[in-house]
Amino acid sequence: MTLIKSFQKLDYSQALESDNEAHTWLKKHGNRFGQYIDGVFTSQDSADLIATHNPANGELLAHIETADDSQINVAVDAAVKSQAKWFKAGGHERAKALYALARLLQKHARLASVLETLDNGKPIRESRDADIPLAIRHFYYHAGWAQLQHEELANYEPIGVAAQIIPWNFPLLMLAWKVAPAIAMGNSIVLKPAEQTPLTAMFFAHLCDQAGVPKGVVNIINGGGETGAALAAHPSVNKVAFTGSTSVGRSIRQATAGQGKKLTLELGGKSAFIVFEDADLDSTVEGLVDSIWFNQGEVCCAGSRLLVQASIEDKLHEKIQRRMQKLRFGLPLDKSIDIGSLVSQSQFQQVESLVKTGLQQGGNLYQPDNAIPEKNYYPPSLITDVDSSHPLAQEEIFGPVLISMSFRTQSEAIELANNTRYGLTASVWSENINRAMDVAPKLKAGVIWINCHNKFDASCGFGGVKESGFGREGGKEGLYEYLKPKKLKESSTKQTTVKIKQKELSGTVDRTLKFYINGKQTRPDGGYSIASYNADTSIAAWIGAGNRKDIRNAVSAAQKAKNWSAQTGHTRAQIIYYLAENLSARQEEWVQRLMQTCGTSKKQTTAEFDASISRLFTYAAWADKYDGAVHNAPYRGVTLALPEAIGVIAQIAPDSQPLLSTISLIAPAIAMGNCVVFIPSQRFPSIALELIQVIETSDIPSGVINIIAGDKSELAQQLAGHGEVDSLWCWADHDTIASVELTSVENLKRLWCHENDDRDWLLQKQSEGLEFLRQATEVKNIWTPYGD
Amino acid sequence: MTSINKHVTLIRNPGTAFQLDKFTNININRSAVEHRCTGYASRRSIKKQQQAAWLMKVISLIDLTTLSGDDTHARVRRLCRKAINPLNDNLKNGLSIGSLNLSTAAVCVYHDMLEFAKQTLEGSDVKLAAVSTGFPAGLSPFPLRLQEIQYSIDAGADEIDIVISRRHVLEGKWEALYDEVKAFREACGSAHLKTILATGELGNLSNIAKASQVCMMAGADFIKTSTGKEPTNATLPVSLVMVRMIRDYYEQTGYRIGFKPAGGVSDSKTALLYMVMMQEELGLRWLEPDLFRFGASSLLGDIERQLDHYSSGYYSASYRHPLA
Repeated sequence: MTLIKSFQKLDYSQALESDNEAHTWLKKHGNRFGQYIDGVFTSQDSADLIATHNPANGELLAHIETADDSQINVAVDAAVKSQAKWFKAGGHERAKALYALARLLQKHARLASVLETLDNGKPIRESRDADIPLAIRHFYYHAGWAQLQHEELANYEPIGVAAQIIPWNFPLLMLAWKVAPAIAMGNSIVLKPAEQTPLTAMFFAHLCDQAGVPKGVVNIINGGGETGAALAAHPSVNKVAFTGSTSVGRSIRQATAGQGKKLTLELGGKSAFIVFEDADLDSTVEGLVDSIWFNQGEVCCAGSRLLVQASIEDKLHEKIQRRMQKLRFGLPLDKSIDIGSLVSQSQFQQVESLVKTGLQQGGNLYQPDNAIPEKNYYPPSLITDVDSSHPLAQEEIFGPVLISMSFRTQSEAIELANNTRYGLTASVWSENINRAMDVAPKLKAGVIWINCHNKFDASCGFGGVKESGFGREGGKEGLYEYLKPKKLKESSTKQTTVKIKQKELSGTVDRTLKFYINGKQTRPDGGYSIASYNADTSIAAWIGAGNRKDIRNAVSAAQKAKNWSAQTGHTRAQIIYYLAENLSARQEEWVQRLMQTCGTSKKQTTAEFDASISRLFTYAAWADKYDGAVHNAPYRGVTLALPEAIGVIAQIAPDSQPLLSTISLIAPAIAMGNCVVFIPSQRFPSIALELIQVIETSDIPSGVINIIAGDKSELAQQLAGHGEVDSLWCWADHDTIASVELTSVENLKRLWCHENDDRDWLLQKQSEGLEFLRQATEVKNIWTPYGD
Repeated sequence: MTSINKHVTLIRNPGTAFQLDKFTNININRSAVEHRCTGYASRRSIKKQQQAAWLMKVISLIDLTTLSGDDTHARVRRLCRKAINPLNDNLKNGLSIGSLNLSTAAVCVYHDMLEFAKQTLEGSDVKLAAVSTGFPAGLSPFPLRLQEIQYSIDAGADEIDIVISRRHVLEGKWEALYDEVKAFREACGSAHLKTILATGELGNLSNIAKASQVCMMAGADFIKTSTGKEPTNATLPVSLVMVRMIRDYYEQTGYRIGFKPAGGVSDSKTALLYMVMMQEELGLRWLEPDLFRFGASSLLGDIERQLDHYSSGYYSASYRHPLA
């Protein structure tokens, strides 16, 4: 074409980033990758091979070898062997290694970007401007935490060996999210990249040695879903971190049930993108481009559900459609495109078939002119005229497909936004700060973006609620996923059981201890009773045997009492102080009861009682002081990290120190605004039930605390399966915990499980404070850019 | 200049009645606007031959400007001759674009330079624009401002760049702004009216959006960012806000309004960002001189050097290109 013709046409250039160096690198490694274990690349001739293709043109890039069980064992063993030494090396040594990884990635950023785009099909612009820089930032940021660990996290130690399984949509970035915090805190890891996109992980493995990461600290194995499952289930793995689909997340929950592993799941989403009539609509449309047409919509937090206020619905749809006409799709290595290729043919087929079958149930599809789905390119799509019952409004599509629904009022917007199994992110578009700040906390999601979408930074926690998973990645909140409290080594003076003389019971009126549901003492639904024994095996009381219906009533009461979280911290503190006051007034009676029930000495019992009062004071104190943070992310704005109440927490209590342990569980939960369904100690249930009288006189609103006694494992099972129980704290035997973990596979409930009595409740360090407050809250990050 | 007039002739914006409800609810989010602006460079690529072509287009969109107290006839003559013949023969031959007869869109001067400039431009396609109405502050007596327009038209100006009273915006007196611009438009007659918002003095982006709407309602042919004399002149975010308003106005009325960033666009790279913005937000039709201008003085020099590089493969010295 002559220059004059170009002058008349004014086209953009097709600016293809060169892939020569990437191909040279692949060739150098024989276009074949085995495992990276204990600092060495291993290869087996007999290994099962998986091919990895460039989805944009079908070109074969390389083969990876599937790690077999023996290789998984060797990798995990290498991690186990290296871990203690790695932690002992100290924060500064780890900081230096992470810093070196960041620098090395930076030096090879373009090669990493091209590899990522070749492997995944995403536009080079995105791998160059988003994936790789964010990954680098993650290593820098966590180098800092390694350096500060000694000072800031002195009471914690690494968990040990983490198995990390990452998805194909942001391969290197997800690797960084997993690897950086884990090794910064002194863990060793075994990582399995997605079999569709293993290349940048292999590239990263080559950097570890240069960065001075000791052998065995980072191990990377290849393979498909089965390899991942085997790795997660390996008995020497202490922690499993997974990002990917909700269904695979479930299978990991299942595979690890009863293994006592700490688990982080970052799963799917159907995030709401809420547009109010006072939004800057043109900017909102660009926000959608960043939201649903980022990474071809293959983003767990894509704003795939547009909720638009009815008064501006048509106008916004027109603007979106006009904008869609301007989206360019084409070769991922072309710098002038907006949308590249889906990751694979099977992903393409899945998106296409979901949309096709979905449209049979109604809805209008809009795609830009000349946008014909072909090869692995799926065109940007807008589907209107669907309602919340439509499958496309409920299912995660994981492609560039936006569905739109309208709402009438702010409260309806919130209701629709929360009407999903998922709860990963949401964005709120409004120029009215009153509205935006009112709506954000009411959205059930881990990250809320105000007037932006898909903003990420290492300093801000990311993660979901409900079936979008649990745990946070990034920020200080993300570090705790790779730490455990230093504890459970010491204990206070051994508890001794003292024979207490059977008190003369004749002449006293027969007592019935009832349950406590919705602020009322309630008889058990089933009408059966079980005996509660004193230390001397005499019967302390007959206690109702709770059943499914009692649980149902208690959970429903707790759900209705959720307004408790809207009370100010000050108010909740006052009520907890009042509970302490009322309990303290009954000291003599309680010490006597505890001695008789538990058979402990007067000294021990008094200590337990005093500690109980003190513990109530502690959580009353925390109620208005557990503040959250303002994260220092690199943009003009604030990211508020708000600890929010989880909702309804069910608690299965341990047996020891029954008054103190009861208070140690209930108090932090209600201090943070949760409502509780409490199942007392199996051995000494009467203690918690006797406490009802104190609770009743302490101004605690109905439904905030509910107590049901009965068979622990049966009730635990009911609670684990109940969809409206948001979290379950469980002190129980191995089998009960295993079955609770299995039951929660379906609803992906947050669990905090402990085998039997794992702590001395008298010791503050073990049994009080931040660890409990963190379990009673989930951090929500609210991003608010500003500027006029 | 065959390519430039290939489109349908523009129908002039007659303006509309003053409609408060069309703009009082406008909300502009600065962070989101700025974020969008980062995308023009990262999402679109204009390289090599395309870059040469786009830069030639930029030349055809320039209002080559001198607005200094020390302007003389000789200075203005030099500017006008550069406008008619912006590229030296060597370069034109090297690029094989002699047949295009490339010139800048217009020359923009103060009133006193008009007559002389008119003589120099005689016979060329280059339009003559005058800044007017008490430029740059716009605070001279209103009747004098109207008269100034008349004087400039009589002196041969094809286009009048007026300044608005910033106080009307800052005091929220939108109808007063409307009346003012409408009066300017009437005074212009068949000459084209460019309204300079002086965006650096309007406080925030929402005010800029509202002022854009009011000027278009009052019959502006162009909305223009700056006089070049404010502390901050044309920026991409301010331009994006104005361009979005142009799009809204077009969708509501069917009339196309032109856009002119002025001050601050002094190199090829920045100019191309503006070109991409116009193409992405408004489309190719808005890349013609009847709808898009750059108010610039030093931009042309940089483009010459870029084109020379494209032609020869080496960066050229500025002294090898005739001074504007």
